[in-house]
Amino acid sequence: MGSVYLQTLRRDFRLMTRQKSDWLNPLMFFLIVLTLFPLGIGAKPNLLREIAPGIIWIAALLSVLLGSERLFRQDYKDGVLEQLVAARAPLFPYVLAKISASWCASGLPLLLMSPLMALLLGLDSKAYWAMVGTLIIGTPLLSLLSALGAALTLSAEKGGILLALVILPLYIPLLIFASAAVEQAGFGLGYSAQLAVLGAMLCVALAGVPFAVQHALKLNVG
Amino acid sequence: MSNFAFNSMAEFWAMGGYGFYVWLSFGLSLVALLLLWWTGRQGEKHFRSQLTQRLSREARVRAHQQQSSSVQESADESTS
Amino acid sequence: MFKWLDPYAKPQTLFNLLGRWQRVLMPLGWLLLAIGTVWGLGFTPPDYQQGDSYRIIHIHVPAAIWSMGAYSSMAIAAFIALVWQIKVAQWAIGAMAPIGAVFTAIALWTGAAWGEPMWGTWWVWDARLTSELILLFLYLGVIALQNAFSEQATGDKAAAVLALVGVVNLPIIHYSVEWWNTLHQGATITKFAKPSIDPSMLWPLLICIVALGVLFGALVCQRLRTSILRHEQHRPWVRQWAQEQA
Repeated sequence: MGSVYLQTLRRDFRLMTRQKSDWLNPLMFFLIVLTLFPLGIGAKPNLLREIAPGIIWIAALLSVLLGSERLFRQDYKDGVLEQLVAARAPLFPYVLAKISASWCASGLPLLLMSPLMALLLGLDSKAYWAMVGTLIIGTPLLSLLSALGAALTLSAEKGGILLALVILPLYIPLLIFASAAVEQAGFGLGYSAQLAVLGAMLCVALAGVPFAVQHALKLNVG
Repeated sequence: MSNFAFNSMAEFWAMGGYGFYVWLSFGLSLVALLLLWWTGRQGEKHFRSQLTQRLSREARVRAHQQQSSSVQESADESTS
Repeated sequence: MFKWLDPYAKPQTLFNLLGRWQRVLMPLGWLLLAIGTVWGLGFTPPDYQQGDSYRIIHIHVPAAIWSMGAYSSMAIAAFIALVWQIKVAQWAIGAMAPIGAVFTAIALWTGAAWGEPMWGTWWVWDARLTSELILLFLYLGVIALQNAFSEQATGDKAAAVLALVGVVNLPIIHYSVEWWNTLHQGATITKFAKPSIDPSMLWPLLICIVALGVLFGALVCQRLRTSILRHEQHRPWVRQWAQEQA
């Protein structure tokens, strides 16, 4: 079990170093969306600071969604998944490895880019730390849910837009609580309750989503 | 059941000034429910006509095959 | 459990059973709906605060309740489909999703038409309204996913997984009223011991709730029957049924 996990993880990291556009493009998309908001609304620092939490999280949702479409696609096309299912190999470590790798490719860079976002949108330090907190808890949740969406729509004909339709509603609670936490912090209020709810959602997703992904993969391949 | 709550039919339609909202919501809901029922019925009818078409086509094909094979047999008999 | 389910899992038996249920439930549902709405519209006293606009409750609350009830039944069907691998349960998801979606749309629409005179706005970004909107999106997602595959069986199974995942959203809808304290008034009849509604107003509302539930059942029977026929169209019993119909 552990070896399958490590093998898949190592292979995914190697693929990531070779195909950099796979994980760089969603990040560039994220930055561009962040830039579009001030351009569309106007460079009003107060207004921007006020809506920054929402902007950051919507951009994060969309960029993770954009990257997740490719998550299982390649393994599906070149038959790796089929082999795994046919060999009755345990899919669970494979799924976990895929999700971990996708978090490293999409969630972690967002976390590393957070100072840049704070600069661009003029967040103060309190709101910044709240945002880091929500990103730490929220991005794994994003990766889990988008893996589910990618697995469900794997063999569908209209992949891309269907994935968005299926998975965006599931993101909504995350969006609400994460941006509420950053907003509260911006007002100088406590936000541990929102973080706790986010943590609870992450725990539930961690317990359930890998199994659902496993099942979804099987029914798309079998 | 208590008595009719309105003094006249005109008052009933006016709904105390809220007629527009009340009748709009009830009307559209009724239309939506009827549409659900109707589309469900249409679906069954559509499928049934498709099925009978396919079955009758299959029957025709089978009849034609039998006929042509019997023609073939009689042709074979006449040549021999 | 399986023993109890087994006869219902056989498509032909279920098809005949559904036909019988539909013949009873469909007229009953429409009749109850007619009684409930006429009673609620004409024969209850107006609310002392909201006047006659409160009469929208007779369609709004039942639609809202059954929009969630439909989703729960869909999730139960999904659970049965995934755990016991019963195909009919998968098909039931496809039969329930459009009905649930329409119920959700009705709840949203009537809520908007009620909100405009009462709160002065068609739409508020309040927790319950938003959750209901998310519920509509979930329904649409299930419907879209089910129809997205060239292989119908894959679509059915994928929709089952999604329905089960989405059911996590239902408690959020239910408890959102308590979580966020906003414009939306509290639930009217959840506390049966001490309802905040007058009994003379309660009865037509209850009838409407039952009516929409019965109607939901009847519509599901109708759609599921067609779905069974479509999936089983190459079986001899469907041919026989078609010949009997003709």
